[in-house]
Amino acid sequence: MKIEVRFFALYRERAGCSRASLDLPAGATVADLTAEVRRRHPGLAPPEVSIVVAVNTDYAEPDTVLNERDEVCLIPPVSGG
Amino acid sequence: MIEITDQPLDPARVTNLVRRDGNGAVVTFLGTTRDHFEGKRVLRLEYEAYYDMALKKLEEICREMQQEFGVEDVAISHRTGLVDIGQISLIVAVAAPHRKEAFYACHKVVDRVKEIVPIWKKEVYEDGSRWVACEDHEFSPSQGAAAETPGH
Repeated sequence: MKIEVRFFALYRERAGCSRASLDLPAGATVADLTAEVRRRHPGLAPPEVSIVVAVNTDYAEPDTVLNERDEVCLIPPVSGG
Repeated sequence: MIEITDQPLDPARVTNLVRRDGNGAVVTFLGTTRDHFEGKRVLRLEYEAYYDMALKKLEEICREMQQEFGVEDVAISHRTGLVDIGQISLIVAVAAPHRKEAFYACHKVVDRVKEIVPIWKKEVYEDGSRWVACEDHEFSPSQGAAAETPGH
């Protein structure tokens, strides 16, 4: 299945793009998605730092199963205020 | 009331939104853009938001104040885009029947905004820039929702 991913702030700059389209097997989870993102963009985040993902505008756990029409965004540490 | 806007923020307008005759206390917090970081001069800030999710999280924070402290009158206004030094980037106004809940809930709202709302700021210096708080630290927004009680 195809998953569209959006990048914000630091991740957008490091990835050099604000969106990417990933091919993942059916039943893939958030953890599978971040692994694929790291393969494509090794400099996105250090290995010891987990990449936070939002699915359909809520924070998602690594074992969350993705669906093709999900809105998926990578969320670097927030710094509003 | 919650809003995210690229226009200058107006503390009087946001404060008036939470005033009601049943409230004896109104607390308004203003977050303003600072001109320095570790001895470097900051020229301006650039705010970026994931709007749909940021609005949803701001609504969640308002609900938390209602559920945890019974505080119903909360207004949050966050600026985005280019913001010059000394400008207001965040307004949180809270009103409650008594001051203790109003002070506490206002403090808590600001903390929660900084913990869970997907908004990012970049400091621009004379010789570069930096995404604030993004320096590769662990970030666990799903945790930390546990509330202390007023009086601490």
